[in-house]
Amino acid sequence: MTHPMTLTEKLLASHSRRKWVSPGEILKVRLDLVLANDITAPLAIQAFKEIGAKRVFHRDRVVLVPDHFAPAKDIPSAEQCKTMREFAKAQHLTHYYEIGQCGIEHVLLPEKGLVLPGEVVIGADSHTCTYGALGAFSTGVGSTELGAAMATGEIWLRVPETIKFIYHGKLQPWVSGKDLILATIGAIGVDGALYRAMEFSGEAIRQLSMASRFTMTNMVIEAGGKNGVMEPDEVTLQFIKGRAQRSYRLFRSDSNARYEQVLEFDVSKIYPQVALPHLPSNVKDVREVGKVEIDQVVIGSCTNGHLEDLRIAAKILKGKKVASTLRLIIIPATQEIYRQALKEGLIEVFLSSGAVVSPPTCGPCLGGYMGILAARERALATTNRNFRGRMGHPESEIYLSGPAVAAASAVKGRICHPDEVIKRKT
Amino acid sequence: MRFEGKVWKFGSDVDTDAIIPARYLNQSDPKELAKHVMEDERSSFPKEVKKGDILLAGKNFGCGSSREHAPLALKAAGISCVIAKSFARIFFRNAFNIGLPLLESPEASEVIEEGDRVRVDLSTGEIDDLTKKRRFLSKPIPPFIQELLRDGGLIPHLRKKMAKRKKNRIKVS
Repeated sequence: MTHPMTLTEKLLASHSRRKWVSPGEILKVRLDLVLANDITAPLAIQAFKEIGAKRVFHRDRVVLVPDHFAPAKDIPSAEQCKTMREFAKAQHLTHYYEIGQCGIEHVLLPEKGLVLPGEVVIGADSHTCTYGALGAFSTGVGSTELGAAMATGEIWLRVPETIKFIYHGKLQPWVSGKDLILATIGAIGVDGALYRAMEFSGEAIRQLSMASRFTMTNMVIEAGGKNGVMEPDEVTLQFIKGRAQRSYRLFRSDSNARYEQVLEFDVSKIYPQVALPHLPSNVKDVREVGKVEIDQVVIGSCTNGHLEDLRIAAKILKGKKVASTLRLIIIPATQEIYRQALKEGLIEVFLSSGAVVSPPTCGPCLGGYMGILAARERALATTNRNFRGRMGHPESEIYLSGPAVAAASAVKGRICHPDEVIKRKT
Repeated sequence: MRFEGKVWKFGSDVDTDAIIPARYLNQSDPKELAKHVMEDERSSFPKEVKKGDILLAGKNFGCGSSREHAPLALKAAGISCVIAKSFARIFFRNAFNIGLPLLESPEASEVIEEGDRVRVDLSTGEIDDLTKKRRFLSKPIPPFIQELLRDGGLIPHLRKKMAKRKKNRIKVS
């Protein structure tokens, strides 16, 4: 008797020596990779030591990335980075990435080929769900569990129910993965996929670049989701070509797999989206936002700091100036993206427009540094969360959008559709 | 396990940035974190919260970032238990792992008011509003999780278990 399974169920079954699994079951799952950053690693290392562990389960499978408050913003942050650096050295970790070779973890790991289709990954960072775009299972955990997983290479997980999201139709101009995921979160709410797997499919998804796909699975947590997945296809294989250094497995959902719910979207009706303060679900079509003047625009983060995002921004900013009332901060997500942007002349475009270009860091997205907001200031960011006070003062405001709307708004000084700034070729 | 305390009531979708803002995440000392817990939601909270107090919230409590600093800060501030309509999943796991009990009860979340005295029994899932003289039922917390909570979280719990195992082994030989 065959037992149909979703992609998420197959990924978990393949890592728990099971032929098939069903939602609600609790499994002991073998991990291909575990990840922590400079905020979460110190507590995880403490937990690792307190349980009496001596060695990590595999020196190639524990990844530590200083990206949140690195380059260190102050003395305590420097201490946290130091704790992590010393642990990496003592454990002979293969994948510790010092600033200068690194970048924002969730863009860096796929870039280095450290996560591949068919794998199961946990990370002490909520946006670990990003890797699902490769056809992997990945989810965020806390430091204690990460500390234990560094020692054992295992974790217990409950098999989540899957909600299937199908996207039909042709994308509107300037619409990218960010707009699709914002529209989706707007439709289901910030707990619309609580504890669930979100499976993204349909011809509109297959047309998306890897960058746009990562943007979508990155924000699954903003709907309360446990993980987000996409079936690997030609675009996925093209992306991992030359990066993958170990074998991988391609899984697809069975055609008769059971879903808790199936939601369909016609993307031809989705225009560039903006999330208004103070929740990512508070979404509007950019044309309906009204006149909202802004003080700062941030283009970057694990959500939209990809090379493709910078190309979109440069296309709009080329030959234009940032509004005199506004500050534009652009953060390439990794050193490699920074270098490529330099080669392609994108950095020159940004500097000429009056933007400031920061080294790779999570920095302002979580109110760390490199662009903190004062009271009553308003920012438009390509990041993932607009919770009250997330980027600075509790009385500041954050709007979220994709890179096209962000770049166009930086020129206008207020939130606008890219068409207001750049003429489209028809 | 039983707790009794005064209730602090918050709304829905309280995120971990609100529980402990990232500007304090350049270190992880629970006592330091406790000085700033929920301060952006209510500035007087860290100063006025008393040991044993209970936090009550709406749906999706603890959404957002995976920072374990959030439940650590609440626990170090003296909060004995959080009752909410629902919890975000990473926060849910983190809270039990560091020894902070959570109870889900949509009804209690609606009815109980700020300042009420509430008694909670984890073994039965009973939530008694002593001020309103009303009882709400949540799912009981299983005995092994209560033991974990009593030990102060997953790590001290495992340490204790491992030490016990070692002692037994020595006795046998």
